Amino acid sequence: MLTGLNDNELISRVLKGDQQAYAGLVTRYQNYVFTLSLRFTKNREDAEEVSQDIFVKAYRSLADFRGASKFSTWLYTIVNTTCITFLRKKRMEVHSLDNEKIFEVADSVDSGMRANQVEQKSRVAMVNNAIDMLSPDDAEVLTLFYKGEQSLEEIAMILGIEANTAKVRLHRARARLKEKMEKHFAEEVKDLN
Amino acid sequence: MNKQQTTEERLWDYIDGVSSPGERTVIEQLIQTDLEWKSKYSELIEVQQLLQSSELEAPSMRFTKNVMEEISRLQIAPATRNYINKRIIWGIGAFFITIIIGFLVYGFGQIDWTAQGDSKIPVEFTNVDFSKVDYSKMFNNNLVNGFMMLNVILGLFLLDRYLANRRKKFHEEI
Repeated sequence: MLTGLNDNELISRVLKGDQQAYAGLVTRYQNYVFTLSLRFTKNREDAEEVSQDIFVKAYRSLADFRGASKFSTWLYTIVNTTCITFLRKKRMEVHSLDNEKIFEVADSVDSGMRANQVEQKSRVAMVNNAIDMLSPDDAEVLTLFYKGEQSLEEIAMILGIEANTAKVRLHRARARLKEKMEKHFAEEVKDLN
Repeated sequence: MNKQQTTEERLWDYIDGVSSPGERTVIEQLIQTDLEWKSKYSELIEVQQLLQSSELEAPSMRFTKNVMEEISRLQIAPATRNYINKRIIWGIGAFFITIIIGFLVYGFGQIDWTAQGDSKIPVEFTNVDFSKVDYSKMFNNNLVNGFMMLNVILGLFLLDRYLANRRKKFHEEI
């Protein structure tokens, strides 16, 4: 019954006291939120905990959603801030895009993951694994653009940056993904061509 | 390197649909006529298709239930715009402005306007030689200096709040 309603209708119901309507929003966005969280945490258990926290925060603040943007954009802003807070708590450094350490960290992760990755020849698994090797910043921007259905302006709003900066980040993330695929999945990429 | 980057960036803008109509026409022509551009375009389209084929990860089956259990104990917080009463904000602002004005009036009242004058009759304001006015009574007091500092800090807070609101409004308009 809830699946036929759009986001704003569900929100309106929740605000009127129909708490169960919130389940419709959770079901609709849980995969997006979980995937984004996983890009930061690199660990399913932590990602699940962070995602749950995000939906609870969103519920508590739902009265502040004024509909000026899409609900997903508003929700992803909470995802972004919650994940950054999580990383800070975990004392993991969130590096800037130009920081070379990103690659060192990613490369160290590579070696452990490769055994499984070589076995996974499917196109989807290859891309997902390559995205996993990226820094959280890069993985997040790619996920928001390609899977989160967010425009560059919306990504800029979520990340609190200018639209042009979001565009540059997206360009760089794609270039780095391409590098990763060429470096670690050269055979698979050839097979696809 | 730069040329390669520019080519890639222009092609990505074309693929993402953010190029201007004029740029689109130019790029379409380049793809058709230039082998290097054609090859790069095919390469980027491949990456684009790969990215689109990536899949979302799913949390555990109990995820929605867990969230619903968690929120069943919670209430939606009232919207911030409702519980921040504008009259209170204006009242606080008026209070501080009154204090500032009162302080200025008091401060100017303490100045010895006739410090260098021959006459004991207060001179008119326009006739005051400000370079010779004795300000020491006004600014040589720790309490007054501390009070001024407090007002400057409060002023900066108000300015910060005003600029933050403007930025928020600008983002909402986008």
